[in-house]
Amino acid sequence: MSAPASVVGSEDIAFDVDHIRADFPILEREVDGRPLVYLDSANTSQKPRCVVEAIEDHYLNHNANVARAMHVLGAESTEAFEGGRRVVADFIGATRPEEVIFTKNASEALNLCAHTLGSGLKPGDEIVISVMEHHSNIVPWQLLAERTGATLRWFDVTDDGRLDLVAAAAEGLVNERTKIISVAYVSNVLGTVNPVTEIAALGHAVGAAVVLDASQAVPQLPVDVAALGADLVAFTGHKMVGPTGIGVLWGRYDLLAELPPFLGGGEMIEVVKMTGSTFAAPPHRFEAGTPPIAQSVGLGAAAGYLSAIGMPAIAAHEQEITAYALEGLKTVAGLRILGPSEPVERGGAVSFTLPDIHPHDISQLLDSRGIAVRGGHHCARPLHERFGVQSSTRASFYLYTTTAEIDALVDGLGYTQRFFGGTR
Amino acid sequence: MKVEDLYQEIILDHYRGKHHSGLREPYEAEVHHVNPSCGDEVTLRVHVADGVVSDVSYEAVGCSISQASTSVMSDLVIGEPVGEGLGLHDEFLTMMQSKGAYEPDEDQLEDAIAFVGVARFPARVKCALLGWSAFKDAVLRAGVPETEERV
Repeated sequence: MSAPASVVGSEDIAFDVDHIRADFPILEREVDGRPLVYLDSANTSQKPRCVVEAIEDHYLNHNANVARAMHVLGAESTEAFEGGRRVVADFIGATRPEEVIFTKNASEALNLCAHTLGSGLKPGDEIVISVMEHHSNIVPWQLLAERTGATLRWFDVTDDGRLDLVAAAAEGLVNERTKIISVAYVSNVLGTVNPVTEIAALGHAVGAAVVLDASQAVPQLPVDVAALGADLVAFTGHKMVGPTGIGVLWGRYDLLAELPPFLGGGEMIEVVKMTGSTFAAPPHRFEAGTPPIAQSVGLGAAAGYLSAIGMPAIAAHEQEITAYALEGLKTVAGLRILGPSEPVERGGAVSFTLPDIHPHDISQLLDSRGIAVRGGHHCARPLHERFGVQSSTRASFYLYTTTAEIDALVDGLGYTQRFFGGTR
Repeated sequence: MKVEDLYQEIILDHYRGKHHSGLREPYEAEVHHVNPSCGDEVTLRVHVADGVVSDVSYEAVGCSISQASTSVMSDLVIGEPVGEGLGLHDEFLTMMQSKGAYEPDEDQLEDAIAFVGVARFPARVKCALLGWSAFKDAVLRAGVPETEERV
């Protein structure tokens, strides 16, 4: 099987997958005597040695709490924690490190948006999200609508898995009542890369704040938050070769400075009196309690690692692998790809269905061959309903994914079909 | 642990040709159960007459394990007194919670013994229990005295 020549071979970049794989010890693992084929990076990415070592070094040599301990370790920890923030700010093109808020994950970042941005909403106001959102960009807004009486409205998707902006314009989805728009930059199911700059302009034209769930975008695309046009951008560390336990919310500083606190506690205050409290400036206003210190160190190392390889090169590899996978999957009898079937404005997650074989059974059979994929609704049940399927199987790729792994997937799907077709 | 231990031929046979599938009348209780982690769903009805489970009918979408398990369950409980049916549920639950360390009684569990291998795949135990849990719920909701019958 070969990928289209227009994709493979057209990029003259020094990107050596084998070299990169050597940085990820887990990729040398075997499962029941077969090499691990990890195709679940949209769920969580694997970690390079340098990230794990940075976290280990922090805990073993510098550990203390931040911003309060008046000793050497406290100073080192604070510097390491804030250093992670500076690296992340640079990585996403933030104007200043204070625009980067650390949360525990992308879900918390989106909940922070809903609580602070939405605190002034009232009946008659409208929030607009899309059918292709992950549950973490649906449920916080549903809860906000319930709390405030605001109305939740939805962008639909086309049958090809693109946001249906034509239908949205025809029905006046975004209008003077719209206060908040929150959409995914890249769909975690369809892989669709949404025209977020256009959507931001749409929102700003009516005075709405624009939030992006960039959990699938920041790991695989060069992202310049200042150029996107959005007001708030949420993503998570563990999908970009960083540790679990840390998420990021970037916001325009002048907007963050206006927003009320989210969680209350230590670190987020200015002065606490029995009669009331005043609050710290961003980002600390939104970081109650002991923050994810070692995780910031790890995330800084992760961003440094990705930068050293180069996000444009990582994005190009993702495109090549995705194109190769789409071609390979089209050779599997009856397979239906959900979302764009061509590698245009499309990220490295491919969800599909096979006739009469449930995704859990597909995942189980693939797992028996060492191939890790995800089966289910991928925390996007409304989207699956929109496509008339109960669930799907998702293969997702990253900088360490090889074409041989895609071949293993395609072979594994043939095996799965023979197994359930009664010809094993 | 091989995948063939999980997908016994009995399970695949039930999956390919589900027994007692489809929703029928009469029934005293209808329940809808969902496995939130994978989205498998079953709508299940029970008809109890004279203290006997005289019909179990269902519509379900889901994986081979959940579909086959529901089919096997309906074979086992239809025609049994309610108490026996609930006893079978408890025995099946014990088997599924055994992590595979269980010697099933074929006289009692019949085709359901094929699921002992599933008990060694923790992620799939919930699949095997979906139909059984729905059955138990429906029978308890039906809660009809032994002589009463509603349509």
